[in-house]
Amino acid sequence: MNREHLLKALAKGVRYDGRKLDEYRPVKVEKDVSHSAEGSAKVTIGATEVIVGVKMGCEKPYSDTPEEGNLMVNVELLPLSADRHEPGPPTQEGIELSRVTDRGIRESKALDVKKLCVTKGELVWNIMVDACTLNDDGGMFDAIGLGAMAALQNAKYPELEDGVVNYDKKSDVGVPLDRDPLPVTVYKAGPHLFVDPTIQEQLFADSRLTISVTRENTIVALQKGGPGTLTVADIDTMVGIALKKAPELRKAL
Amino acid sequence: MSYDKRFDGRQFQELRKMEAKVGVVPSAQGSAMFKIGNTVAIAAVRGPREVRPRFMQDPTQGLLRCHYNMMPFSGHGDRVRPGGGRRSKEISMIMEQALRPVINLQDFPNAMIEVFVELPQTDAGTRCAGITAAAMALAHAGYEMKDLVTSVALGKVGNQIVADVNYDEEAYEGEGGSTDIPIAIVPSTGEVTLLQLDGEVTQEDLKKVIELGTKAAADIFAVQQQALKDAFKETA
Repeated sequence: MNREHLLKALAKGVRYDGRKLDEYRPVKVEKDVSHSAEGSAKVTIGATEVIVGVKMGCEKPYSDTPEEGNLMVNVELLPLSADRHEPGPPTQEGIELSRVTDRGIRESKALDVKKLCVTKGELVWNIMVDACTLNDDGGMFDAIGLGAMAALQNAKYPELEDGVVNYDKKSDVGVPLDRDPLPVTVYKAGPHLFVDPTIQEQLFADSRLTISVTRENTIVALQKGGPGTLTVADIDTMVGIALKKAPELRKAL
Repeated sequence: MSYDKRFDGRQFQELRKMEAKVGVVPSAQGSAMFKIGNTVAIAAVRGPREVRPRFMQDPTQGLLRCHYNMMPFSGHGDRVRPGGGRRSKEISMIMEQALRPVINLQDFPNAMIEVFVELPQTDAGTRCAGITAAAMALAHAGYEMKDLVTSVALGKVGNQIVADVNYDEEAYEGEGGSTDIPIAIVPSTGEVTLLQLDGEVTQEDLKKVIELGTKAAADIFAVQQQALKDAFKETA
């Protein structure tokens, strides 16, 4: 496969695996997959697979937000999941994935951080979301965004005993999650727009736009990536695709 | 009070429920999942590829490199900070040494085979589950091996020698305390490729522990074999 060949196929409206340009591979979400985590989910999109876990800790709040808990999102592009991911500190790719996933949740105010306060200025809950890739066959932005939301929905507070967390006892109280924004990433190769690339399609694409969409069809985060350019008309079309596709992904939650 | 009944009700020699599957990471040359109780290890084999740094290259044979990693949410209690530390470095090294004796890397001069072991959830015995999964992944990848390697965490809890300790037993604070003894065995020869101990035992105890380890290894080996057979049945 090369880029020219990919462009020719896309021009005919076909993908190598027979999908349409705006069609996802089969999407599956499985919740509660790690007994060690407070919440977890495994997302499979075609051959792409990622596991997301939520750990919760109780600590002193930051001095500028004494009544707010904290959300932290981290992505580990595990070397187990692809030859191109090597052991070592997080790469640019990994950090971008972490930050874009984080912003989608944070900016929609999906998580009510005020409700994470236990004692003002003393004790708040920190919610730490870690996504670990198991097999990287492209489309990680959307897989991780979906997995993060599913893991948060699955998370239950551990018991708090005299300000100390007892991880052996999980309560049946979920975290204060009010919304369920999901990212849809639209890729562009030549003039063609498509979603959910396989790794080969992803590596040949020129640019992409990740659009985090709420259930109310508003946009809460954007990230343009890749070396290529987008026209104003492209952006409008891409947003339209995202608004159409997000509810489909949400069904898998 | 002596430890006369296991916390989870098992017999002293009884292993937790096991599950094994190969081919769980489709993009890798070989891969395997091994679950024992609530400990899950996923191993993927990648390579051969060039050894870096280059001064570590061996022109006479290939190099086996292992990477052990706990997922940040997989620990008992607090989040495990990613990036690894001294513990995971040491475990990676002893995993290499546990697996190296059964694999022939004569055909891969200057190159390395890498095994990545990840733990999505844990309840003790992670290095052992990792080695057991890694051996299956290497076999699944089709490298020339004279046998698998089978590993189990043994222990002395109170005055009892037990197979496959879990977290609760590791944390036992009653009389006699808890001694942790991970072991890896080459099933066909009974040779030991990993042996560690943290705690306190007599020479007699140690003999019994190793005997129990050999017995446990046979059970685990059967699970490994079955998973590999199942995978090749599917492709046949």
